[in-house]
Amino acid sequence: MTKRTNQEWLDELRAPGREDTLADLRSLVVRGLRYALAGRASVTEQDLDDFAQDALLKILAGLDSFRGKSRFTTWANRIAINVAFTELRRRKWKDISLQDLVAQHDDRSGFTPVVLTDSAPTPEQQAIQQMMLEKVQQIINDELTERQRTAMMAVMGGMPLKEVARRMGSNSNALYKLLHDARLRLKKRMMAQGLSPQKVLTAFET
Amino acid sequence: MMKLEPAMLKQMVRAVASTRLDEIDCNECLEELDRFVEIELAGKNAAEAMPLVHDHLTRCRDCREEFEALLTVLRILG
Repeated sequence: MTKRTNQEWLDELRAPGREDTLADLRSLVVRGLRYALAGRASVTEQDLDDFAQDALLKILAGLDSFRGKSRFTTWANRIAINVAFTELRRRKWKDISLQDLVAQHDDRSGFTPVVLTDSAPTPEQQAIQQMMLEKVQQIINDELTERQRTAMMAVMGGMPLKEVARRMGSNSNALYKLLHDARLRLKKRMMAQGLSPQKVLTAFET
Repeated sequence: MMKLEPAMLKQMVRAVASTRLDEIDCNECLEELDRFVEIELAGKNAAEAMPLVHDHLTRCRDCREEFEALLTVLRILG
């Protein structure tokens, strides 16, 4: 493959008769994806082709957004990886509903485990930990909207942000901001009640 | 009223503890990721050079996964 500068890549991809350059770009993207997705048994050769094709379209559509802060080939590989991983996450989570995932972490049992840390806490430590957890629980219920609680639990339950956003009729950036706001509100309220997050975490380490 | 299991509560508190005002979202992180990876591969301190990207990668599983994949690819392909 011909070695090109960033500007050469851009100029050639924008020019008519760019087939050779496109072929080189495709080859580069496929090679990169092969390494990026190595070890994933569910990924087929057809998948690699499809991901590469989608990535090429995105790269070509986004040429004007390339700012030259990195090598063009790095930028192209980054886009291809994002395309592939986004699709693989969608496939993995497509049959899992938000409600089911959230319900898994909603503790209706009323059961409080005796040991909340790796080391066996004393009865006094257990009482403090239990009190702290109940306070945090109350703050979460008071401060966060239903939407924020659901989103937080889903993301912490392992669902990719984009998948949560899709199910909530949003996009990943808006959802990130929703969750960021939620964390800020929780932090502010916890600090106001003399319950700094670090203090809570420390109580569970001892 | 939603009642969370203790493990989830602790996970939330951990996330809250590391929260900062000036976080960037996934789009902003991904836009800077190629540069971040190249700094890392050059043996320089990418976390120091681009602290907001580094911070986002410590809290966003999806972006971290893509960062690690890109790092792997560039290490192999050069």
